[in-house]
Amino acid sequence: MSTIEYNHSQHAHCESGVTANLLRHQGLDISEPMAFGIGAGIFFAHIPFIKVSGTPGSTFRTWPGAIFKRVTERLHIKAKAQKFSSPEKAMLALDQAVEAGKPTGMLSSVFYLPYLPEAFRFHFNAHNLVVYGKESNEYLVSDPVLEDVARIAPEDLAKARFAKGTPEPRGFMYNITEVPKQVDYAKAIEKGIKQTVFFMMSPPLPWFGNKAIFLLADKIRKYPTKLPPRKASLYLGNIIRMQEEIGTGGAGFRYLYAAFLQEAGEMLKRDDLQEMSAELTAIGDEWRNFAYNAARQMKARQTDVVSYDELSLLLRGCGEKEKDFFKRLGKLKW
Amino acid sequence: MPQDSLEYKDRDKLKKLVYAVGKDGKYTGVGSSGWDPENVATKQAWDAIEEELAETMKQVQAGEVSPIAWYMQKKLMDLPLLAQYVGKWQWQVKRHMKPQVFNELSDKMLEKYASVFEITVEELKNLGKKENT
Repeated sequence: MSTIEYNHSQHAHCESGVTANLLRHQGLDISEPMAFGIGAGIFFAHIPFIKVSGTPGSTFRTWPGAIFKRVTERLHIKAKAQKFSSPEKAMLALDQAVEAGKPTGMLSSVFYLPYLPEAFRFHFNAHNLVVYGKESNEYLVSDPVLEDVARIAPEDLAKARFAKGTPEPRGFMYNITEVPKQVDYAKAIEKGIKQTVFFMMSPPLPWFGNKAIFLLADKIRKYPTKLPPRKASLYLGNIIRMQEEIGTGGAGFRYLYAAFLQEAGEMLKRDDLQEMSAELTAIGDEWRNFAYNAARQMKARQTDVVSYDELSLLLRGCGEKEKDFFKRLGKLKW
Repeated sequence: MPQDSLEYKDRDKLKKLVYAVGKDGKYTGVGSSGWDPENVATKQAWDAIEEELAETMKQVQAGEVSPIAWYMQKKLMDLPLLAQYVGKWQWQVKRHMKPQVFNELSDKMLEKYASVFEITVEELKNLGKKENT
């Protein structure tokens, strides 16, 4: 039985949180916003034809796994990642890693993590957590969305690591193997920002990036004529859940990214980044205003409180402001 | 920072970290027990599940669908996901939701479903049946 001395800190989001915690364990002082920004975590997509539990899929972040991969690459950190063909092999490899004193990050399904409140436990398979020890046949877990560390039974963890659905974690786990003495934050920040702008502004397809905000706004305007009221309400609710309920740090990761821009501005002594941060905070407030009004519509379940037209306009407003914002973010000199 | 806690399925047990700007204009992480619009959305999603479950229970009791349909919803699964978990085609699982087909399922198949649903075979078979006391 072994336990690694591991400093758990709570973060907003699981992947940027795990990334920051694992790197801090290796002595690299990096915050969650910095990991999120270098990893180009912020995004938007709305894919109406991919249904998640019966509602059209929306996301405010990049795809799972990308943040950790980009941060380690951009800071020249060596990491080892593995997938497994069976739960037995995956759990054995975890035991060996913990025995060897390596805190280990892994993908899991939220549904099979009994330590989380039931309210959050849906079949979401891309939740990141760290195991840092084993004690009386229980794994010691640092889950970045929790205030404190937790424990989990091996059967539950095995289930969570081998959940079915999309994506299938297949026991995916990762360790940091080597951290350089000096890291070049300036270059990594620049790459992260440029990539974010690219993903937001360049996809030619309507479902991804900034364009998808306008697509969603158009869809919402048509909800009252295309959907029964109950379904329209559930669709709206799902957007709010993606924006606020899961660990986004508020306003669909907009505040988290604004925190990154601020920190980057301080680190590189750049006022322009600080100003962009303040602007994004204001945009985040508009997303929150959208969520606030959408919830009023849902509570009333009538179309006369805040009309779907008005909600659509509020969302368009977010889209217009972000379009201008990311365009200018892309024009910063480096 | 909003602190609207929702006493529902342990939602209030977790204080999430949210990023907010302080008086000095600097960002910090702050614990938030929740925000009303978010709580409305959470509650609405669960209410919809509860309503569906009640509807399906009536169908199970009326002999229109097998208990598999109810437990699938109870475990928040849909047909493609359940089919993956039991290692069957979707059309096969769909057939198993017909009571007459369900009643003929092998013990092995029933055990497979029961283990995916984290219940006993007895619980699976007896769902919706009147207690014979």
